[in-house]
Amino acid sequence: MNVDVLNRSGIQPAATSKLAIADGDIHPRPAGVGIGGVSAALYPYMTKQWVEHVTAFGITYRQPWEKGSAYPKGQPQAARRDAWTPGGGSPGSDLAFMRQQHLDPNNVALGILNPLTSGQGAQNPDLSLAVCHATNEWQKAEWTSQDSRLKASVVVPYEDTVASVREIELRANDPDFAQVFLLSKTNEPLGQRRYWPIYEAAAATGMPIGIHAFGNGGWPNTTGGWASYYIEEMVGHSMAQQAVLTSLILEGVFERIPSLKVVLIEGGLAWAASLGWRLDAQWKKLKQELPGLKRAPSEYIRSNVWFTTQPIEEPDPRTQLAEVFDWIGWDRILFATDYPHWDYDDPAQALPFKMTEAQRRGIFQDNAKKVYRV
Amino acid sequence: MVIDCDVHPTVPGMKTLLPYLDAHWREAVARRGIDDLNTISYPTINPLTYRADWRDETGRAATSPEMLARQALNPFGTSIAICNCLWGAQAAFSEDLGAAMARAVNDWIAKEWLDRDPRLRASIMVPQQNPDRTVDEIERLAHDKRFVQVLLLVGGEQTLGRRYYWPIYAAAERHGLTIGIHAGSMYRHQTTPIGWPSSYTEEYVNQATSFQSQLTSLITEGVFAKFPALTVVLMESGVSWLPAYFWRLTKFWKGLRSEVPWVSDPPGSIIRDRVRLTLQPFDAPPDDGGVMRLMEQIGSDEMLLFSTDYPHWQFEGLAAMPAGIDPGLAKKIMADNPLRTYVRLQQHTAQMEPVR
Repeated sequence: MNVDVLNRSGIQPAATSKLAIADGDIHPRPAGVGIGGVSAALYPYMTKQWVEHVTAFGITYRQPWEKGSAYPKGQPQAARRDAWTPGGGSPGSDLAFMRQQHLDPNNVALGILNPLTSGQGAQNPDLSLAVCHATNEWQKAEWTSQDSRLKASVVVPYEDTVASVREIELRANDPDFAQVFLLSKTNEPLGQRRYWPIYEAAAATGMPIGIHAFGNGGWPNTTGGWASYYIEEMVGHSMAQQAVLTSLILEGVFERIPSLKVVLIEGGLAWAASLGWRLDAQWKKLKQELPGLKRAPSEYIRSNVWFTTQPIEEPDPRTQLAEVFDWIGWDRILFATDYPHWDYDDPAQALPFKMTEAQRRGIFQDNAKKVYRV
Repeated sequence: MVIDCDVHPTVPGMKTLLPYLDAHWREAVARRGIDDLNTISYPTINPLTYRADWRDETGRAATSPEMLARQALNPFGTSIAICNCLWGAQAAFSEDLGAAMARAVNDWIAKEWLDRDPRLRASIMVPQQNPDRTVDEIERLAHDKRFVQVLLLVGGEQTLGRRYYWPIYAAAERHGLTIGIHAGSMYRHQTTPIGWPSSYTEEYVNQATSFQSQLTSLITEGVFAKFPALTVVLMESGVSWLPAYFWRLTKFWKGLRSEVPWVSDPPGSIIRDRVRLTLQPFDAPPDDGGVMRLMEQIGSDEMLLFSTDYPHWQFEGLAAMPAGIDPGLAKKIMADNPLRTYVRLQQHTAQMEPVR
């Protein structure tokens, strides 16, 4: 691959940042192949049969390219240029380098691992399970057991509910796992009944459901057909997240499972206030259609839903973000960097406006501790 | 002066349109039993489609210009109203059927609505199935200055910024027509970005995301750069999503503009200059001062155009203007902004007479 690696002379020594922070979106990556293949780093955690299968057939998703993803990224592997490892390995593939570049200098006390390209939404359901399971084993063996600041996500083959529930139950009492991980673009909207056993299983363990942008559900990414550009895909993740949240609320998921916690990851958050107002306005007129809802839709957002910050919206002036946080609720917001991706938000610069000490501590640490129970 | 930029005449049924169909289609609709092509985006019985106190004994409203005047023009003191007929011609899978029906609706609107009330203007319904035939319909009607806009549905076959559709924008720009994008779908694709919804409420709420993706398409494909005199009006789109949306779009434009180098201005400023939104539904914040805070976030007092969305149920009584909008802004929304947006209104407000 033709990659320009920038010099890393700006890397800070450990713990120069004062406040220890929680980072709700870190992407570890098995070295080597991405979507379209399965990394050999996962082979030790797969059966011989599946290793032979992926060696012969690879892994396919509802998207057009042999090496995916559908929209060519702005940078190789959508990564920061300086995040390639000193040996030229994939960004996010090496714990030692992640410590040096991100965890130590930013004083990350709690990092939530969200592995992508881990078999979720693969066309072959059995392979999807095999790769998800291997990714979970890999996270534990090579990340969380090596660095206690890191917590893993239970990656589940969400289109196979039964297998997903089994995978959740396998991790139910393992403190190395902090959330159950889904992508936003699934075969059906995530509020629909086929996915409810996943939510019931997660709620039973106390883990939140984290729903991250991306996925390959096969639907055009807009209601008016396929977008042309990567920038449209990226902006469109917020629309997909709005649709996910709308589906979860209107299908009555939070009435059915009141203890369910949902964290929406990398889809933005400033839209959540307006979506709540719109849902409430229509619900007032149309509630006869939705007898399962006992409260105004926006109330479920206030009680059951959290949002990670990255990529944080950038109003001009930035103080308008504080107005939006007032609307959404400061206790709903979890700081995240998206390390090692190109649109990484720096904890020192991402929220450049005045907050109270309690608000700052909430967003950078306390809210995450509460949601993830650490 | 009050200009209502979004009212919806109801097509009573196929029988109404028969005089406006040619011999082939008159025969075809009778022989095939094509009684009605009302869109499922606005089912007759749905509470949102007709506000209860506006419904007549058949359960509908806006079935005649007299009814529209009585319920939507006179009570609000409206001097001009723009009719956007939402019948389902665009949803026909046959572009021939779509073109015949759009043409009939436009001729019916001209004769039985615009001719009968000088306060009325209209958008041109087009066979969105085919850009060439859309241009044909625009050219056929452009001489009638009472048509002020081209009507597209937000849920189309392809994203609206694509070059495929550019002949439509060229024709609109040439004739001083705005492009009005209205809620509703051709039902070629699922009606939420992640799949089909389970309820009408879910579909309707998701219309706002459809507007967000179409606006992104128009900007990133370069429509506003290519057609410098074109204005796009989003109708029944919701309003309050706008700032959060363009904050995100502008951020990604900073990071990814090399992919779309023709987008030379920050998307937020393109939107403020070139995009307008009708007022209802507003989806307003409930807190005191929230609406004006939101207007500051939008950063322009020229973008909103008064609308009742009659006969759709968006508010009670006469409360079309969201609480909390200050009087100076209200005046701009009701008159100044619509007059600046619709070139053809500027030309014809002086005499307030229909011009044929």
